[in-house]
Amino acid sequence: MLLSRAFQPVSMLLLLVPYTLAVTAGLLGTSAGNRNFGIVFVWIVWWAVLMVLLVPGLGRAWCTVCPIPAPGEWMQRRGIIGGVVKLRGMGLRWPRRFRNMWVQNAGFLIMALFSTVILTRPSVSAAVIVGLTGVAVGMSLLFEKRTFCKYVCPVGGFIGLYSMVAPIELRVRDAQVCVEHRSKDCITGNENGYGCPWMVYPGKLGRNLDCGLCTECLKTCTMDNVVINLRRPGADLAQPVPGKRIDEAFKALIMLACSIIYPAVLFGPWATIKEWAAIDSFGGWLIYAVGFLTATVVVVPGLYWLAVARGHRRSSSNLTVRRAFNEYSHALIPLGLAAWIAFSVGFALTNGSYALAAISDPLGWGWNLFGTRDVAWTPYLSGAMPFIQAAILVSGLFFSLRTSLKVGLRRDPSGATTVQTTTPIAAFLLAATLILLWMYLG
Amino acid sequence: MSQQDPTPTSRRPIHAGRVGLLLLVLAVLLVPVPTSHTPRTHHITIDASQFEYSPSRLAINQGDTVHVTLASSDVVHGFFLDGYEIEHRVEPGISQEFTFVADRTGKFHYRCSVTCGPLHPFMIGELVVGPNELVWRASGLAIIAVGAMLAGARQRRSV
Ligand code: SF4
Ligand SMILES: [Cu+2]
Repeated sequence: MLLSRAFQPVSMLLLLVPYTLAVTAGLLGTSAGNRNFGIVFVWIVWWAVLMVLLVPGLGRAWCTVCPIPAPGEWMQRRGIIGGVVKLRGMGLRWPRRFRNMWVQNAGFLIMALFSTVILTRPSVSAAVIVGLTGVAVGMSLLFEKRTFCKYVCPVGGFIGLYSMVAPIELRVRDAQVCVEHRSKDCITGNENGYGCPWMVYPGKLGRNLDCGLCTECLKTCTMDNVVINLRRPGADLAQPVPGKRIDEAFKALIMLACSIIYPAVLFGPWATIKEWAAIDSFGGWLIYAVGFLTATVVVVPGLYWLAVARGHRRSSSNLTVRRAFNEYSHALIPLGLAAWIAFSVGFALTNGSYALAAISDPLGWGWNLFGTRDVAWTPYLSGAMPFIQAAILVSGLFFSLRTSLKVGLRRDPSGATTVQTTTPIAAFLLAATLILLWMYLG
Repeated sequence: MSQQDPTPTSRRPIHAGRVGLLLLVLAVLLVPVPTSHTPRTHHITIDASQFEYSPSRLAINQGDTVHVTLASSDVVHGFFLDGYEIEHRVEPGISQEFTFVADRTGKFHYRCSVTCGPLHPFMIGELVVGPNELVWRASGLAIIAVGAMLAGARQRRSV
């Protein structure tokens, strides 16, 4: 199935159906978010499936089927299944200085500033989805291949980051075969498939972050060298973070910070903060925005920097603090993902029953397509939820600690200073976990 | 939170360390929390309005009886108490009364169960029934995880 050229385009086509429904419902349906298919299916069902099942279980699998880049990609290819090999469009290269995650970081933060409105107002939610699709189409015409997905999509950034935890990977069997293979069909494309739309050379692929799981190279590789492996979860986290870039570290820090702020704002008992976040007044929102950006961009990264620097001082390593900041950032990933899973599980099980009503009455106009319109709202597992969330958060901490020790050992294989360098990082991780635990359970 | 001395000579300390760790984890998870509390009855008025409850946080103790007078000051709201699965609907001007015994400990959200506007799914308050063992036990586990991990790393180095 994965080897069929139809696999990805057909999956995208299928997902364009709920996508279109969600956008239509968002634009035309009731303004009560929890009664509108557009909100319920995107922010309750899709979000939970993404964060609880797809990303931890299958990594970037969402990127395989995501309909947002579909129209643009099909325009480049002049076809849906097996169009031209030589892509159309201007095919510009993305500027070098943006070939990193900073645009995605900025895009995510901007969306996050409006997230409460996006989450509760169907028309805004639909506008955001259409807007993202519009940007994707525009970028497909101007830039080469999946430049939008790789460098711009605010969702793609954190999916990629957290996909490194997943127990599956697409890799080459033998990198040497790639080195010796002259024609490199995975890059150029051939009659069996396109050249990598994510501009990846599989022979050098080391982390799930970089691979969009489009499955093209499974088809194009003439040496049968590309495989999908089951592996130890989180195997990528033991890999070094490439280069001196700190964009990925910032992504991990922003996501961890948001995993604390979101539940505090949305599930906390502070109605005033919710009103600020929902832009009841511009002044209130401004306070929220300044607080949010300070926490995500200054406070959390600053504290992490201090922890890294403190450990660094006691290490024998001659690398820079900046480099250590980068390397240890992989330790933020399991806890961050766990916090997002705890958030999403709580939200989805509490509000999942709205999906039953929304599927029968997607626009909130009183239809009853499947006879489930009047299903009462019932939170599922409300008594077990605190135990579930506690278990998820403590496991996340555990895997983050293990990652931090591995990073420490890699930096200093003798192990002489591992404990000293890692202790401040462990303290940072513990502090984040305790805040999360007390927020959810305390 | 280190539970073992790094004695670098034999394999026994590792073994003892593991057993000690297991005992510590079991203790944190299972040791009962003594309570000496005489149950009392609380009369609480909860006012619902878009999109908040007032008071938005209540703290009581296990075994207490809670008599709630639920009122709404704007539109129709609901009240659903997580874990206890108590649900009521309240119209403006007509208050509802109900009573329950707080037999389960922990933090339980109460949330609006009647669609009342955009922020309705986030109209949430919290009831804490003490002693809140779960949060302490989970925090204890987190602290032990850090301690054990660092102690283990120290030991690996010295062995
Ligand atoms: S076509 Fe296959 S063998 Fe050749 S470089 Fe690409 S992945 Fe490697
Ligand atoms: Cu309400």
